[in-house]
Amino acid sequence: MSATPSPLHRHGSDADRPVLSVTGATKRFGSVLALSGIDVTVRRGEILCLLGDNGAGKSTLIKCISGVHHLDSGSIEIGGVVTPMRSPAEARAAGIETVYQDLALFDNLTPAQNFFAGREIAGPQWLPRGLRFLNQRRMDAETASLLANLKVKLPRNDAVVAMMSGGQRQAIAVARSTVFARKVVILDEPTAALGLRESRQVLDLVARLRDQGNAVILITHNMEHVIELADRAVVLRQGRKVGELIPTPDNKQQLVAMIVGA
Amino acid sequence: MIFIDKRKSKVQGVAQVVEHNSPTMGDHLPEITNNSSENSDRITTHAQSIQPSKLSILLSILNFGPSLILLLLIAMLSLTSPYFLTPRNISNILAQTAVISVVAMGQQLVILTRGIDLSVGSNLALASVLGALSFHAGAPAALVIAVMIVSGAAVGAVNGGFYVFGRLPHPFIITLATLSIAKGLALQLAEGRAIPGMPPEISALGTDALGGLPGSVFVVLAVAAAFFVVTRTMVWGRWIYAVGGRPDAALRMGIPVSWVLVSTYVVSGTCAGIGAVILAGRTDAGSPLFGNLLELDTIAAVIIGGASFLGGRGHLGNALIGALMIGVIRNALNLLNVNIFFQLIVIGVVIVIAVEGDVLRNRLEGRVRVLQAGKQS
Repeated sequence: MSATPSPLHRHGSDADRPVLSVTGATKRFGSVLALSGIDVTVRRGEILCLLGDNGAGKSTLIKCISGVHHLDSGSIEIGGVVTPMRSPAEARAAGIETVYQDLALFDNLTPAQNFFAGREIAGPQWLPRGLRFLNQRRMDAETASLLANLKVKLPRNDAVVAMMSGGQRQAIAVARSTVFARKVVILDEPTAALGLRESRQVLDLVARLRDQGNAVILITHNMEHVIELADRAVVLRQGRKVGELIPTPDNKQQLVAMIVGA
Repeated sequence: MIFIDKRKSKVQGVAQVVEHNSPTMGDHLPEITNNSSENSDRITTHAQSIQPSKLSILLSILNFGPSLILLLLIAMLSLTSPYFLTPRNISNILAQTAVISVVAMGQQLVILTRGIDLSVGSNLALASVLGALSFHAGAPAALVIAVMIVSGAAVGAVNGGFYVFGRLPHPFIITLATLSIAKGLALQLAEGRAIPGMPPEISALGTDALGGLPGSVFVVLAVAAAFFVVTRTMVWGRWIYAVGGRPDAALRMGIPVSWVLVSTYVVSGTCAGIGAVILAGRTDAGSPLFGNLLELDTIAAVIIGGASFLGGRGHLGNALIGALMIGVIRNALNLLNVNIFFQLIVIGVVIVIAVEGDVLRNRLEGRVRVLQAGKQS
């Protein structure tokens, strides 16, 4: 895991090879078939929208990719290498960052402390991780430059997250994911709890993530967002992949039909 | 349409406030605009009823409240009682609060992680008895001190170990069980009586040391310094706050939550062991009856000092100020000849006030957040 995030070195020469490819993903919960033979690929600098009605398997799929659940069968390849995701930590180590709907922010910590929670910049290296001394100044500086880079404005960078608005919190969570995501950023309904203007800011942020060469998987229910942002859309229904297309204003009805199965 | 998100959280309502006066409303997402207008109106009026500057003043008063109250208490008592502000009495208060202070700092770490350690009093009693027994078995002072501290840490390890790896839903029960077990063990080992006699090095803690202050005060300062370094400058301290703030997120962020939790109970137990050394020094004995209701005093100290019982918020200053406040209140009631039973009532009332202060603080912060969202437009 790299401790020095630098969004600039991400433009690799392997731009066309899928950075993440899921093949034949199958997952059961008891008698319920949550995922059935799903294939998904994502490339750098691309936003893939994952669509589907409630219970279609979107969340299960991203939980399998981010190591929360384990596939019963099928494989996940990162940069062409089969990588079993046995835990969230392993997925993170493989370069996958997930922003959950609940954001997983620590309300009692500042943005910088949130960014580096569990991955603090600290030394000396010969001490066990927990006993190292924090390099708070460097973490603050890197957080400030990253927030500036993503054009995220906060009232105060040193206030605890509890004091910030929904949009600011979402922006912090998304920005945090980019600090360490070397391969894929997964966003689970990032605008669900936001108003119009705050949604706008988060969508702009997502577009900036793509422009900086990240592979982005976006789950959303909002078709306008899909058409505006998505390079490709994969539609799931009842655990199966029922379609994949490039969303345009013209095929919106077709997408909707796929989602509801009409 | 099915794509309208039905979730209506408070946050969404807040964000809508911004959009009401916005000329661009409806440009991007016509579907969402209709779903929380009445919600947002309510919040608008709610938020505007208090000025932001007044809010932040109120908040800082609440944050500094415990220290202010302590200073006020001291000022009041110096006026009402001629004995209060004498060096003899101050030294006395510090000596009496030394045990609570040290153990409360350990309790503070546990409470930071949303836990509670009810066993500290019995743990201290057991440690003092083991110390006294080892002294009578011929152990030198250093070994006696080590026995007490290790005994405390061991009980803490049992607490943390069973809580985390026994998958208990809450540490209340396991620390309640060790409260009983440690007390029983101490009574059994000491045959129900105090065991007099401690090495002179330990007894020295109870007598005056530098500048008329009891030796135990310096133990408190040393422990406080160690806590300060750990919680402020080390990764482990940051992890404690993260675990207390949001345990599930801490797990997802790769923080070793189990070990962080266990460690706080071990530290709390160790503090009980150190408390045993101080108390044994002051009384020149080990006793199974030591530490009676110490769990109450330490939890009270942490809460009175202004830390949040909900975890994640507070620092060692809270524990120290709370411990001092308890000490000063007890001392004052003694000086003013108030019935000793009444002290318990007063401490209880102060706890209620402190907890309500915490609740009020959380509510005010919620309002600040609402205003924050409003200001963004």
